[in-house]
Amino acid sequence: MKAATALLALSLAAVASAMASGGGQRDDDERGRAAALDPTYVEECGACHVAYPPELLSRDSWTAVVGQLGRHFGVDASLDTALAAEINAYLQAQAGVYATDDSEGQPLLRITETDWFRHAHRPGEDGLYRGVFDSEAVRSPSNCGACHLGAARGRYGEDEIRIP
Amino acid sequence: METIRACVVVVAAMVAAPAWAERPADFLQRFEAEARGADAAFSASAERGRNWFESRHGRDWSCSTCHTKDPAVSGRHEVTGKSIDPMAPGINAERLRSARQVSKWFRRNCRDVLGRECSAAEKADVVAWLIAAAPSTGDGQ
Ligand code: HEC
Ligand code: HEC
Ligand code: HEC
Repeated sequence: MKAATALLALSLAAVASAMASGGGQRDDDERGRAAALDPTYVEECGACHVAYPPELLSRDSWTAVVGQLGRHFGVDASLDTALAAEINAYLQAQAGVYATDDSEGQPLLRITETDWFRHAHRPGEDGLYRGVFDSEAVRSPSNCGACHLGAARGRYGEDEIRIP
Repeated sequence: METIRACVVVVAAMVAAPAWAERPADFLQRFEAEARGADAAFSASAERGRNWFESRHGRDWSCSTCHTKDPAVSGRHEVTGKSIDPMAPGINAERLRSARQVSKWFRRNCRDVLGRECSAAEKADVVAWLIAAAPSTGDGQ
């Protein structure tokens, strides 16, 4: 599990640094397109929060999330079954390869509760401080876009981070 | 010649414009007609819609908790903190344009705010308020 977490972190770091490397505007657009999220996914899962990167949860976790959209973290995010199935198929295809389970072996519903997220966002890391997620400007760790300026387009590179 | 070319451009723009399936006024008419099925004398009221939009209905949130009391300005999702574009179709041309979006969001948001779906009369009043709350762009009438 530890190794898996490290590998996951590594592959994300690779993605992040691939996104951060290079220079000109044109390159930037090309990278943006390469990393583009599915438009249906963005429209349906990016209205209340940014559309989260599919690779940050496992297939089991996504199945659990999409299976209970009527009661989704305290709000109603229900979708008709055909659309929910289409989105789940996309998430299954793009999901991370490592388990994102809790200590009981149940799939986590939150990226922000994974070991990887906690580690990458621990206080002291690159300007992150204790309580930053409760600040008025951020409000929740799930509010990726508060710090990752390209989050709405699925971009989490180091050059696009600003802690409010 | 210049004039003709300008006219052609304008006409082409007008033909291209109705990319929108519906207009805000269509929703007002539709919900009002539906509400008249239950109460023949029903007539939508923007003032009633405003009060209702700002009030809580037995739970923690009102519509204005996320959308603010002013449909002309951006709101913020109470839980996630994500910004929400203005609700007034006179300010935000994407509002009240798609039956699928309108019915999906009324269903979800009404369940969150009231614990049930909204009645046609409630929806007619809210739509009347959103249309009245900000000057129209002219094509929504
Ligand atoms: C109606 C609003 C709404 C819609 C639509 C919505 N969500 Fe959410 N989602 C929320 C809220 C509220 C939270 C909790 C956020 C928080 O705690 O800050 C959340 C949290 C999440 C989380 C956990 C984030 C974390 O903390 O790691 C995931 C994953 C998620 N949503 C996936 C989805 C997917 C997939 C869809 C599309 C099928 C979707 N959401 C659509 C409102 C929504
Ligand atoms: C309070 C600001 C803040 C929020 C909110 C936040 N992040 Fe970050 N994130 C950071 C900072 C700062 C770093 C750089 C940390 C480091 O040096 O590795 C980072 C790093 C990352 C990385 C790169 C990690 C690596 O291993 O290279 C990813 C991917 C990422 N965040 C995703 C997310 C996602 C997804 C969310 C929302 C669920 C989120 N972040 C929410 C501030 C934030
Ligand atoms: C918890 C936050 C929240 C609350 C409370 C809330 N909404 Fe929303 N509403 C949203 C979000 C998020 C969207 C979709 C994002 C967007 O379209 O910009 C939305 C979209 C809508 C739309 C879609 C309009 C269109 O044509 O695009 C309507 C209509 C709507 N809300 C009505 C209401 C009504 C009526 C209430 C009160 C019963 C309400 N909302 C309460 C968050 C909320």
